[in-house]
Amino acid sequence: MSDYIEKLRAALGEVLPDPKRKAETLAGAMAAFDAHQGSGTSTRLNPTRRPLGWILDGVRTMTDILTSRGGLAATTALAALALIVISPVGRDLRNPPASLEVTEAELSPTRPEPGSGDLVAASPVAPRDRPGASSTAQTRRLAVGEAAEEAFSVAPSTVPSAVVGALGQNQPAMDGSRTALRERIAVPLDAPILLPERGTEAFANEPPSALKITADDPVVTFSVDVDTASYSVVRSSLLAGFLPPVGAVRIEEMVNYFPYAYPVPEGPRPFAPSVALLQTPWNDGTRVLQVAIQGAASSRENRPPLNLVFLIDTSGSMHDPNKLPLLKQSFRLMLGQLRPEDDVSIVTYAGSAGEVLAPTPASERAEILSALDRLEAGGSTAGQAGLVQAYDTAATMAADGEVNRVILATDGDFNIGLSDPAALEAFIARQRDAGTYLSVLGFGRGNLDDATMQALAQNGNGQAAYIDTLSEAQKVLVDQLSGALFPIANDVKIQIEFNPARIAEYRLIGYETRALAQTDFNDDRIDAGDVGAGHQVTALFEVTPVGSDAVLSDPLRYGVADASTESDELAFLRLRYKRPGEDQSELIEMPITDAATTNDEARFAAVIAGFGSLLRGVDYTGDWGFEEAIALATEVKGDDPYGYRAEAITLMRLARTLSTR
Amino acid sequence: MRMETSDEDMARAAQDGDRDAFAGLLARHYDRLFVLTFRLTGSRADAEDLTQDICLALPRKLSGYRGDARFSTWLYRVAVNAAHDWRRRDASRSKAADGWGTWETGRRAAEAEAAADHAWLRTAMAALPEDLRETLALTLDDGMSHSDAAEILGVSEGTVSWRMSEVRKRLRALAAEDAG
Repeated sequence: MSDYIEKLRAALGEVLPDPKRKAETLAGAMAAFDAHQGSGTSTRLNPTRRPLGWILDGVRTMTDILTSRGGLAATTALAALALIVISPVGRDLRNPPASLEVTEAELSPTRPEPGSGDLVAASPVAPRDRPGASSTAQTRRLAVGEAAEEAFSVAPSTVPSAVVGALGQNQPAMDGSRTALRERIAVPLDAPILLPERGTEAFANEPPSALKITADDPVVTFSVDVDTASYSVVRSSLLAGFLPPVGAVRIEEMVNYFPYAYPVPEGPRPFAPSVALLQTPWNDGTRVLQVAIQGAASSRENRPPLNLVFLIDTSGSMHDPNKLPLLKQSFRLMLGQLRPEDDVSIVTYAGSAGEVLAPTPASERAEILSALDRLEAGGSTAGQAGLVQAYDTAATMAADGEVNRVILATDGDFNIGLSDPAALEAFIARQRDAGTYLSVLGFGRGNLDDATMQALAQNGNGQAAYIDTLSEAQKVLVDQLSGALFPIANDVKIQIEFNPARIAEYRLIGYETRALAQTDFNDDRIDAGDVGAGHQVTALFEVTPVGSDAVLSDPLRYGVADASTESDELAFLRLRYKRPGEDQSELIEMPITDAATTNDEARFAAVIAGFGSLLRGVDYTGDWGFEEAIALATEVKGDDPYGYRAEAITLMRLARTLSTR
Repeated sequence: MRMETSDEDMARAAQDGDRDAFAGLLARHYDRLFVLTFRLTGSRADAEDLTQDICLALPRKLSGYRGDARFSTWLYRVAVNAAHDWRRRDASRSKAADGWGTWETGRRAAEAEAAADHAWLRTAMAALPEDLRETLALTLDDGMSHSDAAEILGVSEGTVSWRMSEVRKRLRALAAEDAG
């Protein structure tokens, strides 16, 4: 009788898991495990435990490396700007998505344990260096504010939770108009795991750049972007089991996340541009033009003394293990990189602002650490008062030849900015002009206000980063300490003019939020991104050579005569920057010829751009998908001393799985 | 090799952040987890995805393991809950219903003729209400007693036995229908 059961057992019993999927899942689970450890409480740092031992060992190794000048150059001196040009053969480059698409954020179906809102999530805090002007920033901010309100109103108890990706979409400053495009991503039942409190994340993004016809529009101008926050957000989303919100994907930040082996600058200039030209991974008929900028490294020994004011959000929402506890661990890591001449001070804000640690030499480690340990989350956020106090403290620490920086650490619940954003930005900008910079570190996820954080860091000439794991803290605060804290060039702008005789069409990949008007390039009053010591910036263009099958536009009947006959120049690169403290910009010019070659570094950057494009759901990648991205990335991964690239491949696998569900 | 180390000890080590212990637990349990999710969902693809979701969430979930049950019991409970939520979430897309209809597609071609034989099993599995299916899926596991299944499902052993007799009854009825 029960032989039905036996039959069933026989019929169902032999199924075996797919080994490939198994390997991927196990790899993903280990990555999630590591992320979870990184977001754990500080008790896990107990050295008798094995767990974090390996991370700490890594840090030690890194520290050793960093103390040598060569090590610094090799590890932190990575600022490269790459432009990739690709043109499509027979693929539709011309029809960029008219609007951003809403991706359905698929959530892990497992039920959250109550109160376990830790883990993964990374929220982006990226400062946008916008040309412009507070009016633009203000309208954007307002848009975000509205979106946040809506988020509250649509996330009532009947809907377990909703993630709202608000995409404030602005036109470049030149026309000052704005179109607010908001997308709401409703997440199924289980969202509370990831978004324990309220889903009020706001991301800043713009639609993917349109294909440009060189004959009509040969010049593209944009500001550099050294932020990497978007990559952290993408990673945390994928590790948590859902595809990142489209608005959170900023391709240039994903590309810039990785260190590349770019030529180190020689001579008096603070950076060295380099160029590569390669076959587009997703389109046989186009090529990718990569423009990379490598910032000069500063050595730990030679850098000026630092005065750091940690402005720490200790509001109640910071209580999660991946917020305040991770923040404390991160700052401990950073402390090890400071020198005795450096001064550190801690100001908190929650309810009322307060100075927790008066300016103290970095050599007094015990005192600083105990102040850090005393921090507890509680109360609501009074950001503005905290910021004012932090700057006051910084002012007392200032001395000639020293670098002052306020480092704001928050989960984004920085509500004061919304009441009078313009005044706050003006305040930060004044402080910047007076010599105190601002960097923003984002922690946790759930109510991250990407747009606000960006606006703050943008006006403070700082970098914004998102810290989701201890290893990310290491990357941002330790490996790149010098870059994040020592600007070597301000207002760095890039302009590329394509030669219509050689390049029929082109598209800038990413940098949508960094677009500048052509006339902004020579206007030194226009603000742009900054490059720190050792930073790398990479920009990629997809270009369609004249005569390629991939050209989508018909030639003009009354077209312009060949501007430059027989020229080997594909494009001309112009780069403007100001040395810190200078008002006048300097110009670097360089023709890009078809002699530019390719290398695996550029190819890896192109794969990441493709990966980001897939996550954004653009259509120009055609049939090229995650599978192809994984294969190519594996092939060109090259030397990957810290495992960043291997991690990216794991993320691609997860994305493939999630996208085919 | 950690042959001597019990699941429970490894789980505790993993809770404390021992990476190797966590990897060991995954390696030990992945296949069984997959087989269970396959029985629960009836679809190889869904089972792969579900297993992945469970594994990726495991580092976080693990902190909820108190050591008051065997690790495998706890893990299966996590899996059953995950499948439960999965089904509910998919219900709107009526994907769950498809699962059992196509479950055999992943099987080897050599079994094709056997599949016809077992067509009614598919129907039967799909026709079972969720609580019966969960119970059946668990008890099909070699070495899983009714009392283990009861602990995982959080019901009494008597309930499991009753459900299994209910399962048999329904399978019989369906087989008869099929034959007739």
